[in-house]
Amino acid sequence: MILDHARSCGASAAQAAVSHNVGLAVTVRRGEVETLEYERDQQMGLVAYFGQSKGAASTTDFSPEALRQTAEAACRIARYTEPDPYAGLPDPDEQARDWPDLQLDHPWDCPAGRGIDLAREVETAGFAVDPRVDNSEGASVSTRRAMSVLGDTHGFMGGYRSTRHSISCALVARGDGGMQRDYAYGTSRDPSRLPAGEAIGREAAERALRRLGARKLGTRQCPVLFVPEMARSLIGNFTRAISGGAQYRKSSFLLDAAGREVFPRWMRIFEEPLLPGALGSAPFDGEGVRTRPRDLVTAGVLQDYILDSYAARRLGLRTTGNAGGARNVSVQPHPGEKGLQALLSDMGTGLLVTEMIGQGVNLVTGDYSRGAAGFWVENGEIAYPVEEITIAGNLRDVFRGIAAVGNDVDIRGNIRTGSILVEAMTVAGD
Amino acid sequence: MIDSLARETLLEPGGITDDGLASVLGATFGRGTDGGDCYFQFISQEGWSLEDGLVKSASFNIERGVGIRVISGEQTGFAYSDEISLPAMLEAGRTARSIASAGQTGSIPVRPGAARDTALYLPDDPLGSLDEARKIELLKHMDAVARAADPRVTQVICSLAGVREVVLVLTADGEMVTDVRPLVRMNVQVLVEQGGRRESGSSGGGGRSGYAFFTDDDRAGAYAREAVRQALVNLEAVDAPAGTMKVVLGPGWPGVLLHEAIGHGLEGDFNRKGTSAFAGRIGERVAAPGISIVDDGTMPGRRGSLNVDDEGTVTQQTTLIEDGYLRGYMQDRLNARLSGTRSTGNGRRESYAHLPMPRMTNTYMLPGAAGPGEILASVDRGLYAVNFGGGQVDITSGKFVFSASEAYLIENGRVTRPVKGATLIGNGPDVLTRVSMIGNDLELDTGVGTCGKEGQGVPVGVGQPTLRIDGMTVGGTQAA
Repeated sequence: MILDHARSCGASAAQAAVSHNVGLAVTVRRGEVETLEYERDQQMGLVAYFGQSKGAASTTDFSPEALRQTAEAACRIARYTEPDPYAGLPDPDEQARDWPDLQLDHPWDCPAGRGIDLAREVETAGFAVDPRVDNSEGASVSTRRAMSVLGDTHGFMGGYRSTRHSISCALVARGDGGMQRDYAYGTSRDPSRLPAGEAIGREAAERALRRLGARKLGTRQCPVLFVPEMARSLIGNFTRAISGGAQYRKSSFLLDAAGREVFPRWMRIFEEPLLPGALGSAPFDGEGVRTRPRDLVTAGVLQDYILDSYAARRLGLRTTGNAGGARNVSVQPHPGEKGLQALLSDMGTGLLVTEMIGQGVNLVTGDYSRGAAGFWVENGEIAYPVEEITIAGNLRDVFRGIAAVGNDVDIRGNIRTGSILVEAMTVAGD
Repeated sequence: MIDSLARETLLEPGGITDDGLASVLGATFGRGTDGGDCYFQFISQEGWSLEDGLVKSASFNIERGVGIRVISGEQTGFAYSDEISLPAMLEAGRTARSIASAGQTGSIPVRPGAARDTALYLPDDPLGSLDEARKIELLKHMDAVARAADPRVTQVICSLAGVREVVLVLTADGEMVTDVRPLVRMNVQVLVEQGGRRESGSSGGGGRSGYAFFTDDDRAGAYAREAVRQALVNLEAVDAPAGTMKVVLGPGWPGVLLHEAIGHGLEGDFNRKGTSAFAGRIGERVAAPGISIVDDGTMPGRRGSLNVDDEGTVTQQTTLIEDGYLRGYMQDRLNARLSGTRSTGNGRRESYAHLPMPRMTNTYMLPGAAGPGEILASVDRGLYAVNFGGGQVDITSGKFVFSASEAYLIENGRVTRPVKGATLIGNGPDVLTRVSMIGNDLELDTGVGTCGKEGQGVPVGVGQPTLRIDGMTVGGTQAA
């Protein structure tokens, strides 16, 4: 209907996306309910093309009047924007015609009362770990179900439902050197795959406790081992640098790097958008283009960029089905059988990074400088917690200096990697 | 006038009368509840962007809805609806009050709440303050100025954005407060290239006004020149030093230091819960003598300013630190009540679909006596940082970072070579005790800040004079 509105306003082509989300989130703090939030969101977004000119509009109001006004707004804007030879809907041949059920929809029958009970269990288990865990930012349980539908005037029409459920807990431990906070969480599309609540509470407590007594380090060069949650952000910088926008704007330190060696020869990074039940999976991208498994990096060499149809046209390439970004980017563990403990032994003496704060990444130059906290490691054993330090280098060198990828793969996000050991970075402290 | 505009936008389309609201309040906020509110909001916003010299894309968005929050003791129940009607409100209210075992009170009459005497901004719609052709002209002007500034400029991306927000807050006891908030912003990012090396620079600004803000004094052109200047400086930058050293921070946007190091730690929620490194420290020395820091939501036209906050409280100037001593926290109504104090007008929320919490408005340090030249001349070796990207803080440990995007070495009292961007890290509760000189050149930022907390973004301002800090860790790559 909304596409018809756009047509009747004179649009030569149009694309509409509708989303609807329903959710519940409860937070319990120190045993008492702190917040109980019911979520219910909807949005319709329309992109209208007048030849090569483009306008976009969106609304959360689904009344016929508002939908009509939104279509008019998109068309009005398209009359003012200037023609862009690369603009337009994707090639219909690239679009998905049918798609598998990716098992993304697993509703959780979790009424508020049950969520509150579960959140209480999580927090209670955390407090029980040690009397020094004496404060809390709360334990939360949330469940969300989304429906998204995409259609365009080429005749593409597709939609699917998906769910996401999470349990999290943030606890504060108090010791000689002051207070430390840390958290733990589990998230999954399928509630039966969530970790036990007590385990999350205990993990949050243990993580806060192990940070007590943290000190600074002297400034030095040393090996750095990133736990999987932090390694994820390193790989995230890689995917941003090879995204179509960064390439055609020439604002990437990996400009025109396809075919070049970016990582060590043994390294493989691949995209698995059709992985059943995974958090990053989708049967088609934000333009209805088929998503496909593929290698981003083979034997250390960058294979291809992350492209939607606009970026592809600008670069004279074909879309890779990545409107909306890369999906389930996976880093192959290497040498394969090593977990965090084995990588600590391999590192010998160096820094284990468990938290990073701040931005500090310049994607144009690859210059990297971020706040960090973690542990100083001596002879493969954790010696003491450290904080108020930075780690710095250039991402080109960091990527080439990766010595190993652990098999402790964290699948709680769109980037799936184990721990990553980097040969050397600059640590700044005292 | 604002009241009638808000009623016209938010209540009349759904045929909602004061009697209807009174019955919703009665059904939602009965005995057993400790307050709460209905927050009605209409947001219309647009964004125009220029790339490759062409304005190729633009967008327009509308959001409308009402959020209902019921408070009982320390508990909050919350539900919202993107349909503004009495049945939808009753339903959301029933859901939100499920936390309280409360009785109903027939009806709670609606009455006007306290309002600000003189508005800080006009209720005009910024989106209509310039016609479409002139918006495009403004972007093209910015692009042309940037490209004309230097032949090494290879890429210019400009954006123009405007938001109009109509807000109506109805408190549990029937007080109605309204606000109409304009907000505009322009940004420019340039890429320069020389001998195969590429660097970027960016600039921008805005405030609570119409688009004329950018044509007055040709601010749009000034942002473009500033972005090019920064990018060219970065072309010459050498690796930044690593280690602890004296740092001189320039005036204005480097005030993001205060926002991260001190500001978040002084928000009422973290202090009531005892999770802030500043909890329980009112009256203690947390900064060097001479340092005074305020949060001020009452600055006319500024990005972080509000006539009333999102709980309907008139905003104010709140002293956080006075002559080095911690004086106060920033409060919303819930945390103020639970802490036995009053709201400071810092209750803010991203939208009707989010819960309010204590947030900063415009946070800045008052000026001292030293001239900026005198401060630089006093440092034998250190870092002079004048522009920053964002920052972040761990409230509990107090550790914070902010990342420099334009910095120079200071050698023998003179500013010498530019160095690459680096993250600076410090400890909030003691970094300000190491301030040894305070400049007389207080500046506020140009109006670009957005603060994120628990996933909610709100516009804020920061400011400070030139400051000398004797010992901060600089996260470069060159051993100092």
